[in-house]
Amino acid sequence: MDGFFWGLAIFLLVNAFACLWRAYAGPTIVDRLLAVNIIGTKTLVVLVLLTLVFRRALLLDVALVYGLLNFVVTIVATRFLETGRLKGDWS
Amino acid sequence: MTGFEGVVGALTIVFGGIGALFFLVGTLGVLRLPDFFCRTHAATKCDTVGAGSVLIALAIFNGLEVSSIKILVLAALILLTSPTSAHALARAAHRTGLKPWAAPQDDSRG
Repeated sequence: MDGFFWGLAIFLLVNAFACLWRAYAGPTIVDRLLAVNIIGTKTLVVLVLLTLVFRRALLLDVALVYGLLNFVVTIVATRFLETGRLKGDWS
Repeated sequence: MTGFEGVVGALTIVFGGIGALFFLVGTLGVLRLPDFFCRTHAATKCDTVGAGSVLIALAIFNGLEVSSIKILVLAALILLTSPTSAHALARAAHRTGLKPWAAPQDDSRG
């Protein structure tokens, strides 16, 4: 079963590098943000695959932090893009 | 016992294959579609279902352990956050004035 996991991980990495082209050449900023977001999702799945191949449960926590950070980065960047500021009113 | 392991292996390969297929479709959509809104439509659905399917396959393969619960928590996290990120991206693009792509009108045929 390790061979299947290696194949799946390499397939996902090839997909991630294909999406990297969209992050490089995307005509708008939201295209780049979308490409970075889905590359982060693929990286998370690859980390879980490597957890099962190498039998290191530590990598699962790394994957969890990766998913949360990916979400927070996307939300903050879109809010900054939409409103031009990050803080709310002081009242 | 070997029959049970065979069922687990078959389920892992089936769910993993479905997830890989969805990831491939999502990548093709990101690379080929003409507009940001079309791209986010393709990428988000395929990424959500692909990642969820692969993570469910790995949780099935891992069996009844603590790390399986962590993998299922990761799957739930992706199922929650990926559509939310796509909605935030599309709303930001819409409110900052990005026009959706329209098919070019063919005037020659009347």
